[in-house]
Amino acid sequence: MASVSTASTSHSSPAPDPAIDPAALQSLRQQVQRALSNVLPDSALLVAREDLRPYECDGLTAYRQLPMLAVLPRTVNEVQQIMRQADQLGAKVVARGSGTGLSGGATPLEDGILMSLAKFSQIVSVDQAARTAVVQPGVRNLKISEEVAPLGLYYAPDPSSQIACSIGGNVAENSGGVHCLKYGLTVHNILKIEVVTADGQAVTIGSDALDSPGYDLLALMTGSEGMLGITTEVTVKLTPKPQLARVVMASFDDVEKAGEAVAAVIGAGIIPAGLEMMDKLAIHAVEDFVHAGYDMNAAAILLCESDGTPEEVAEEVAKMEAVMRAAGATACRVSKDEAERLKFWSGRKAAFPAVGRISADYICIDGSIPRGALAFVLRRTDELSAKYGLRCANVFHAGDGNLHPLILFDANKPGDLEKTEAFCAELLELCIEVGGTITGEHGVGIEKINQMCSQFSDSEREMFFAVKRAFDPKMLLNPGKAIPSLHRCAEYGRMRVSGGQLPHPDIPRF
Amino acid sequence: MPDSFISSVQERVRDAQAHARPLVIRGGNTKAFYGGARAPTDEVDMRAYSGIIDYQPRELVLTVKAGTPIHEIDAALDAQGQMLAFEPPQYDLGATIGGVIASGLSGPRRAYVGAVRDFVLGTRIINGKGEDLRFGGRVIKNVAGYDVSRLMAGAMGTLGILIDVSLKVLPKPVSEVTLRFAFDQAQALQKFNEWAGQPIPLSGTAWQDGVAHVRLSGTQAGVTTAVQRLGGEQIDAETARKFWTSMRDQQHACFGGSHTLWRLSVPATTPPITVAGAGAPLIEWGGALRWLRGPLDAAALRAQIAALGGHVTIMRRGDGGADAAYPVFHPLEGKLAELNRNLKLAFDPANILNRGRLDNF
Repeated sequence: MASVSTASTSHSSPAPDPAIDPAALQSLRQQVQRALSNVLPDSALLVAREDLRPYECDGLTAYRQLPMLAVLPRTVNEVQQIMRQADQLGAKVVARGSGTGLSGGATPLEDGILMSLAKFSQIVSVDQAARTAVVQPGVRNLKISEEVAPLGLYYAPDPSSQIACSIGGNVAENSGGVHCLKYGLTVHNILKIEVVTADGQAVTIGSDALDSPGYDLLALMTGSEGMLGITTEVTVKLTPKPQLARVVMASFDDVEKAGEAVAAVIGAGIIPAGLEMMDKLAIHAVEDFVHAGYDMNAAAILLCESDGTPEEVAEEVAKMEAVMRAAGATACRVSKDEAERLKFWSGRKAAFPAVGRISADYICIDGSIPRGALAFVLRRTDELSAKYGLRCANVFHAGDGNLHPLILFDANKPGDLEKTEAFCAELLELCIEVGGTITGEHGVGIEKINQMCSQFSDSEREMFFAVKRAFDPKMLLNPGKAIPSLHRCAEYGRMRVSGGQLPHPDIPRF
Repeated sequence: MPDSFISSVQERVRDAQAHARPLVIRGGNTKAFYGGARAPTDEVDMRAYSGIIDYQPRELVLTVKAGTPIHEIDAALDAQGQMLAFEPPQYDLGATIGGVIASGLSGPRRAYVGAVRDFVLGTRIINGKGEDLRFGGRVIKNVAGYDVSRLMAGAMGTLGILIDVSLKVLPKPVSEVTLRFAFDQAQALQKFNEWAGQPIPLSGTAWQDGVAHVRLSGTQAGVTTAVQRLGGEQIDAETARKFWTSMRDQQHACFGGSHTLWRLSVPATTPPITVAGAGAPLIEWGGALRWLRGPLDAAALRAQIAALGGHVTIMRRGDGGADAAYPVFHPLEGKLAELNRNLKLAFDPANILNRGRLDNF
């Protein structure tokens, strides 16, 4: 099926702003185009509809909007010039990396400039002694690790879309991956960013030292969804590559037992390099698709990875196996070599496309919960699945409590989408109720903006706006994303994947 | 049910805001020497708000009231074989977790596992308008809203009164060994950086006067392998523990003396720094932290270190001395200063919270 959303299920925006007057929009477009053509080469300024089409959405394809125009700056100076013009004219700006984000953080605005950082694609320098790399924001996440592999180093955060997603986007979303319990999120793995502010000034945030004077703006900028500044350069920390990694694959005849095993691993003082869980529906979808050798009789499997020196891994794997068996694992396999380790992981990484094969459509949830609530949330999810008559495949970053339930539905079946939306809403509310959060790693964007109303109070959301104004008093950078106004707290919107397809179906995700 | 302590603090903040009267936030007062001078004014004493709210060892998450003494937290974690991995300095038993977060100070493990801010998962604060606000949460991964919680680390209480905090905790390493090496300064810096680029379970490095201390923490097997690989002289566990505690709490002899203590935060690979009027530094964090003592020219030192990509903090002011007029923290300039100021005013429009503690704020 085509990935383009059908008219019946395509969303514009959860709570659209009052319609923009076409004449005013046309006038703004002309002004902005004129101003930008003075500071940018023709090739860096896109105005024709067909040229703007590639930018109409990010990984959240249900929301599509052509930008007013698009710019592709090549230098920091050009980014500054664009921001100065936008500031003067009061034009909004949405920054975009590879466009793989899943929450609509880079969804264009009808009356906004779409700024692609794709031309910032250079690895500027690598400092082996300092274990750092200076990279431009458009550099793909995986490219950094490939570049420094000969030095025995890598960049630790590994979102599943890492072959395509850009480091600038990772900073904007504070991206995680399957190894973040041990190695941290983006915020733990960057030292310094160069930023162009809303008024076009260049600022260095962070430093090559381990701390900097003033408030920790680096932490604040990370995960701010492009609303506080435009990142034009990132200094990342590089991590020594472990000599060896092995994964323990354990089967359970009961999902709750698997959940208990997760807690038991952590309780035993082990911090696994990765700890992932899949339930029966996900296992079957995956096994039929990539033949990873998963146990088709299991109600759930856990993938638990250890990395380090051969001696460390041997010690830890033995402990992990013992814990799994004590927790009631019905089978336990340890990858015997690198090929088998990758095979075990291939299923997990293909979980989303695999589910896409067995259902016309699905929606992914990104809630994060305390691990102790895992069994309870799984049980509730089952009940909700029965209540709505919709199948739900569960895959999790179990080690850090980040859930990715996939709700399977058929958009062409009357009432299915509405039921799915209600199911999602209940699940996200459940995450908040057990002390968790509506988004662990995909960001709020426009997708979960309404659930922000449940998670935060009016004064907390107003505090977020005050932070925004401290950086961007005219509210020009990616306005309307991540933080809902009171006005927006009315409806619910969410991600859906139409036809089981993401825009880049070949990219492994989550 | 609203907590009476919290509502009383809210009331005091609202009243202070209405009268533009500064409020000083205090915990154990063990770090009063650190940061800008406090306005002589009303105190909000956080020690009345103390205790562990929730601790789930299997979650690796601890939620604790801001006035809780660190030693209480350490004891609770220790009983479960866990720890605050950033090793906060404890100048004496009174030190509270609120003060730890506000000062943003971390100990020897910082270079290898992260700083205070890296372990902050969520906070509840009262801002300068008296609003009771919660950010972040008790989960490891959370990207809902701006990361206001981490912003509290190192803010010296100028953005809000910390009410409670949720922290990620870690299991204590199974095995820990400290090695001693006879290295000159350049050699120590070179080795620290070289080893940090290899899969070696480093958890602390220090150098002074020709002696380097290197701590390794991890699995039994991992530490044993590393010990064989690095060589050096293994020191006994009790001596090692005392040594790292004295580094963490800055009780080591080399922190003594009546002159100003300067904290130089620089890129770890910076070669030996020679400062006019000062001896060789004490080095920590694999080279990223260098301590000097002496009656130095603050402006000249700041210019010298800034040129190396670092910054200088006056950790403790000496007796008298020419630095008395200089700000404690490296002054910010231009747009960066503007963003800091804007942020301060966003949280505390009347500039009442811990006025002066972050120099300008």
